[in-house]
Amino acid sequence: MKKTQANYTILVITVENKFGVLARVSGLFSRRGVNIKSLAVAPTDKAEFSRITVDLDIELESVSLDQIINQLDKLINVVEIRALDPAESIERELMIVTVEAEASQRDELVDHLDKVGGKVLNIGTESMMLSLVETSSVIDDFESFLSDYGIVELQRTGRVALDSL
Amino acid sequence: MTSENIDGGKALIRALEKEGVEVMFGLPGGAILPVYDPIIDSTIRHILVRHEQGAGHMAQGYAQATGKPGVAMVTSGPAATNIVTPLCDAYLDSTPLVVITGQVPLAAIGTDAFQECDTTGITMGVTKHNFLVKDAQDIPRIVKEAFHIATTGRPGPVLIDLPKDIVDPNNPRSELDWVDNPEMDLPGYKPEKKIDLSEIEKAIELIQVSERPVFYVGGGILKARAAEALRELVEITGIHVVTTLMARGAFPDSHELCLGMPGMHGNYTAVTSMQKADLLVALGARFDDRVTGKVDGFAPDAKIIHVDIDPAEIGKVRKPDVAINGDCRLVIEAMVDLLRQQDAIQIDRSEWKSTISGWQERFPLTYEDSEPGSRLKPQYVLEQLRDLTPEDTIVTSGVGQHQMWTSQYWNFDHPYTWINSGGLGTMGFSIPAAIGAKVGNPDRMVWAVDGDGCFQMTAQELVTATVENIPIKVALLNNSYLGMVRQWQDMFYDERFSEVFLSDDVPNYKTWAESMGCVGIRVDSPEEVPEAIAKANEIEDRSVVIDFRTAPEEHVYPMVPAGKDNSSIVVPPSQGSQER
Ligand SMILES: Cc1ncc(C[n+]2csc(CCOP(=O)(O)OP(=O)(O)O)c2C)c(N)n1
Ligand SMILES: [Mg+2]
Repeated sequence: MKKTQANYTILVITVENKFGVLARVSGLFSRRGVNIKSLAVAPTDKAEFSRITVDLDIELESVSLDQIINQLDKLINVVEIRALDPAESIERELMIVTVEAEASQRDELVDHLDKVGGKVLNIGTESMMLSLVETSSVIDDFESFLSDYGIVELQRTGRVALDSL
Repeated sequence: MTSENIDGGKALIRALEKEGVEVMFGLPGGAILPVYDPIIDSTIRHILVRHEQGAGHMAQGYAQATGKPGVAMVTSGPAATNIVTPLCDAYLDSTPLVVITGQVPLAAIGTDAFQECDTTGITMGVTKHNFLVKDAQDIPRIVKEAFHIATTGRPGPVLIDLPKDIVDPNNPRSELDWVDNPEMDLPGYKPEKKIDLSEIEKAIELIQVSERPVFYVGGGILKARAAEALRELVEITGIHVVTTLMARGAFPDSHELCLGMPGMHGNYTAVTSMQKADLLVALGARFDDRVTGKVDGFAPDAKIIHVDIDPAEIGKVRKPDVAINGDCRLVIEAMVDLLRQQDAIQIDRSEWKSTISGWQERFPLTYEDSEPGSRLKPQYVLEQLRDLTPEDTIVTSGVGQHQMWTSQYWNFDHPYTWINSGGLGTMGFSIPAAIGAKVGNPDRMVWAVDGDGCFQMTAQELVTATVENIPIKVALLNNSYLGMVRQWQDMFYDERFSEVFLSDDVPNYKTWAESMGCVGIRVDSPEEVPEAIAKANEIEDRSVVIDFRTAPEEHVYPMVPAGKDNSSIVVPPSQGSQER
């Protein structure tokens, strides 16, 4: 099992796609007082399985990664589990966000959005809805840029990742 | 394969019969009522308990004594919460249980219906797995899966929560096509481990060169039914053995290489030999804090070989030098095979052996005889009980001083003769566990060694024993106190006794026992002890309770104070001046 050098850890867990499984998985983190930074869950190409991507701030929590992995693996509904090495995986995150933007501010905003590869999803009289699919750190930067405009509502999905080729 | 339309309640009982269940422990109520009806026509013996905690501990006692899974069935809500303690106990001690709980009808789930509780949510952390059944058709498969999960790999408790509508014959939802041999669907459960032979070779190399090796044997040996294999390994290698609280009896105490119990109240030699070892071979043991003391200071010079069926145990507390993930019996047999192919162990361990026998001579278990007219010494009572009962007697215990003394002073020469609550330390365990053990072994003598505090938690199950004709014997070591807590207050809280005194005269245990249909005997003086035990041994048609009036000020020694390392072991005052 690879330990990450980065200040985060991604666990990829294949589970049976059944009720209660997410509670079992997240329960193992909560009983240790470990906060899950983000969690993405959806069925895989096989409908009977789901893939859970857990992003942990393991630097902050002094817990043994191997132990968590071993104990998660003991859950009957967990089919496979491993840690992804950030250096050897490709990660993305999706953010959708509504920002305050008067007509006069929009050119500058869209200009910046183009540079990071985002999209305009919706335009209102005093605000715009944008989306961006990028690495979490690019999204962090873009989010702080937007905060000067005024963020009305925001949702990030958290990391999802696959092994790089 | 037969195809037949039946209802969920019948299907459940039939599925239990198919699993070979002969006995179950339980108590009915609203939500589980439909499943209680087919019990009348079943081959399964149902034992009606007086409290659901009793049902759980009886199932545990049955499972530990027989090796078969224990089965309990109770209703929803308060009954389900009453059985949470035995589930947690079984989880920590890896006891195979299948517990069935009633649940409110599917449509009522989540509405705070009468006697509704989130049973699968509450028991998630104390079961190996649990199921909420939503479709009657799943019942045969889920029962099969539950028994499979409970009994394979590292055993443990499994709970099945059954909504009433899917078992109620008056409800169309309860209809199903009976399937005789359902296919299990457990893609994430792979209990069989492939043993890595190269790790076994490494282990043998370490064993061959070690000068001060100790086999650290835990409850996993009993779960793996590996006692015989262990004996072979010990005899081939000539290495000493310690048996943890969960493994007493896994290796015979009377064997010259047996050092007895290690840990917080382990004997000096067992504790110190581990502490000074250069190699610990952990077999089905989990480096529990009651064994290691302060982990940083535990066996500082020892290399570790750790054999366990559960990969999550390996390296959890102490990083091993050789890790072997597999069934203890198979691993030990592979070790024996390999050792047989090699030359006998060359290394000279005579110095280590004489060090060990020196400790045994200087620091045996000891206590002072009681003064005339004062209360009995519990150790004396246990020595008498040990010597006056058949060798294969099954002993259960509660939790406290009496538990530690029983583990110390009994002579366990057979596996599965010692049943206690090790991991959870559940007061009140002994009487229901003894009843369960007796049900599984009607021809053996079963003694429950209990404390007065523990007795008052589950004694009502003696009514169950009487009514169901399951005669057990209870040795009550009645020191009028929550003795173990009193000992800690005595040693670590300046003798300030806070809320530990129970009473010197109430309840009257003799008449209480009699009112429950048992024979009650009170013993005050040492001369009466053998006579009372002999009398109890002769009574076969009902349970017996002997109220032994024991000394409250007695401490369990040795003791490693909590949080200290094992070299800080406190020996009894009479050995205090002995050279270590
Ligand atoms: C259910 C439960 N409550 C509390 C405790 C804490 N505890 C451990 S030993 C003990 C005293 C037990 O008293 P008794 O049964 O009289 O046994 P003794 O120690 O006197 O032999 C207590 C209260 C426990 N282990 N279990
Ligand atoms: Mg007591």
